[in-house]
Amino acid sequence: MSSSVLRRIRIIFSTLVFIFFVLVFVDFKSLIPSSYINTLMFLQFVPSILKFYDLKTMVAGGFLLILLLTLLTGRTYCSFLCPLGIGQDLNSRIGGRIKKKFRRYGFKKPFTVLRYTILAATVVVTMVWGVYMLTLLDPYSIYGRFMTYFAKPVIILINNFLAGILGKFDIYSLSNIPVKGFPLIVYGIPAAFFLLVGGLSLTKGRLYCNMICPVGTLLGLISKISIFRIKFSETACTRCGRCAMRCKSSCIDFLKPDVDLSRCVSCFNCIHTCQDNAITFGLVEIKKKEHKTDESRRKIIAGSLLLFLGLSRSANGQDKVAPKPKKESTVKENKTSPVCPPGGGTIADFNRNCIACSLCINVCPNGVLQPSYKQYGIAGIMQPVMDYHKSFCTYNCTKCTEVCPTNALHPLVLEAKKLTQIGKAKFIKDNCIVKTEKTACGACSEACPTKACHMIAYEGNLVIPEVTEDICIGCGHCEFACPAAPYKAIFVDGNPVHAAAKKPENKESETKAPVEFPF
Amino acid sequence: MKRRDFLRTSVGGGLAAGVALKMGGFDTLWAPAVTAARYDMVAVMGGNPDAMFDLGIQELGGMGAFVQKGQKVLIKPNIGWDVIPDLAANTNPLLVKRIIEHCFKAGAKEVYVFDHTCDNWVNCYKNSGIEKMAKSAGAKVVPGNSESYYHEIEIPGGVNLQKTKVHQLLLETDVFINVPVLKDHNSTRMTCCLKNTMGLVWDRGYWHSNNLNQCIADFALYEKKPALNVIDCYNVMVKHGPQGVSKEDVVTMKSQILTSDWVAGDAAAAKMLGVAFDKIEYIPIAHKMGLGNMNLDSLNIKRIKM
Repeated sequence: MSSSVLRRIRIIFSTLVFIFFVLVFVDFKSLIPSSYINTLMFLQFVPSILKFYDLKTMVAGGFLLILLLTLLTGRTYCSFLCPLGIGQDLNSRIGGRIKKKFRRYGFKKPFTVLRYTILAATVVVTMVWGVYMLTLLDPYSIYGRFMTYFAKPVIILINNFLAGILGKFDIYSLSNIPVKGFPLIVYGIPAAFFLLVGGLSLTKGRLYCNMICPVGTLLGLISKISIFRIKFSETACTRCGRCAMRCKSSCIDFLKPDVDLSRCVSCFNCIHTCQDNAITFGLVEIKKKEHKTDESRRKIIAGSLLLFLGLSRSANGQDKVAPKPKKESTVKENKTSPVCPPGGGTIADFNRNCIACSLCINVCPNGVLQPSYKQYGIAGIMQPVMDYHKSFCTYNCTKCTEVCPTNALHPLVLEAKKLTQIGKAKFIKDNCIVKTEKTACGACSEACPTKACHMIAYEGNLVIPEVTEDICIGCGHCEFACPAAPYKAIFVDGNPVHAAAKKPENKESETKAPVEFPF
Repeated sequence: MKRRDFLRTSVGGGLAAGVALKMGGFDTLWAPAVTAARYDMVAVMGGNPDAMFDLGIQELGGMGAFVQKGQKVLIKPNIGWDVIPDLAANTNPLLVKRIIEHCFKAGAKEVYVFDHTCDNWVNCYKNSGIEKMAKSAGAKVVPGNSESYYHEIEIPGGVNLQKTKVHQLLLETDVFINVPVLKDHNSTRMTCCLKNTMGLVWDRGYWHSNNLNQCIADFALYEKKPALNVIDCYNVMVKHGPQGVSKEDVVTMKSQILTSDWVAGDAAAAKMLGVAFDKIEYIPIAHKMGLGNMNLDSLNIKRIKM
């Protein structure tokens, strides 16, 4: 196949995929059903592997399809399905508009040592210690964080601006959404990657994908033996070099002419640009050319692994919110464990499977899921944690558990979620308004959906909260509602292992409807 | 008759405050008082929420006694919780719809509905059934989820609450109709007319931490008072209020109370719930502050059984 049809298909397909990926991550009105999101996530390579590892069923077999696809057609995943890859193509295009130099790529030598070292380190660290390097380097989760940390706030600000204008005309189809930032420290990693990936793609095409991305490198290994591939007709080729100039992966050595298949992302730009119809995408010809293995590469991979050995540290998370000194409440909340979102099962399991793509943080209608910075320890940085000072977990909602692409949050049906105890409310009487001010409050019990937190007789006409822990599910509405400051009078202490809450019992009321007006 | 006179002026005054601000005409000031206040309170029992309202408002001289042509009306139901209508944590959607229809029939230019919810507002608006019903009747359903919608006001004479941020709709509309649902409340023992105003303000936490009962009464001092309170006692949450746990908390009373005096409304509601006033501290406080009359015996009440 020649001509530019393939390239056009690639552009249209990847644009659609990208648009959908953007929508999923900025969907602040929760319009996209979870099933659509799951379909999209099925074919994300790293999330799919993790989910498969967890479930061991073909429901999570998306990565096998991608391996197969790569064996067939090379790294089409990178051009057609990877949101970070498509985003980089878009950025490269912008770069080319800014400066002509940025769109003249030309052949470059591969960063062989670096990329294979990163791949090997990622594999080893993941198998021995955990997902830490995937969290950092998986292209999908990098993309997810870009959207969550940088794009979504912008979209919300635009929404708020429009909502303000519409409001002036008495139209309320858009509503103002409070923009709440994350703790500053969690922006560090996404910001560094934003500069790295953004800068490289703006000026050097797919260099990030071919130098750092472990998924790209892994698929590159397979695409070396792919069945369909870019081929040159040595007779038709005039060695004009146009293809090499247009190659975002800088992988065409036009003098030979030859393509480095480990870096080619099947974008088909070369076919499009070739005026001599010398480049085609077709079946491999089984003969001659042996790709020689690079012995020095192998030595370096083995040696440089050591570099990464000391990289990760295991979690020993304790949440200590730094309080601002104020006079009202005096007793510090003694949180022994952070609260992990419902569906996590145990904090340890959750930490093992989550690559901090932040999709759950995005879909949460209440904004209670926040990227952790020290709650799970340094290794769990950016993984979602329940922050009940920011918001609370809505009783009638299972959204985060529905969309998790790695199954770090297992899907929960609503009835199960309502009985999943992710933590237990602890009451600190000495901080309570009812005791300190001797006035009525009850904000916590009002908010409690199970009435685990309820009011009992106190002094005079006053009532004061009490917690029945076995029906508490740890939703945090009480903690969120409590007006005591700086320390809350009620807080949720996380369950390191999620438990089953008892169903709240409720008896028929003794009050009867009046037959006559009682006044 | 002093109290009745007081009520009469408060009905007219409440309206006039809004009207005068917008139109500045003095003749409109007296217009409503002529038709209104045949009764201080109308209580209806035995029908559906919409049918009971039809009867009740007729006894009060029709919606025209409260809403003038071209006016903007704010209807403030309780939409605080993400539960279905049967659990009665929110105002009955049928009732809200019927009130809106009456407002438009009386010539209202716009009718707005909103609440500052406790649960996620999108879910509350949706699952309460109120958004759909209100929109179908032609009202504008306005969000109340962001501080940007709220503006600071002063409450001269407030004991614990001297200023607070209220939703812009309360400031921009001419007529305020308060449509609470009667419920048990874990801390104040009952939530009804006065306590429903907590959904008008941004910072409820301040009320909770600064003598809740006094703050509830203090807010009733604010110049923008309801022209009419329609108390939904169709399904009444008699325990585990104000959110409820399950259907066992609800008793079907099939009743409704209409009054311009929200303290009297709360007093009548307390009787329906079977709780003594002195337990519900904000009622005697508001009564003492002259914000209404809790002595039901001295009121002219029309009781209707359907």
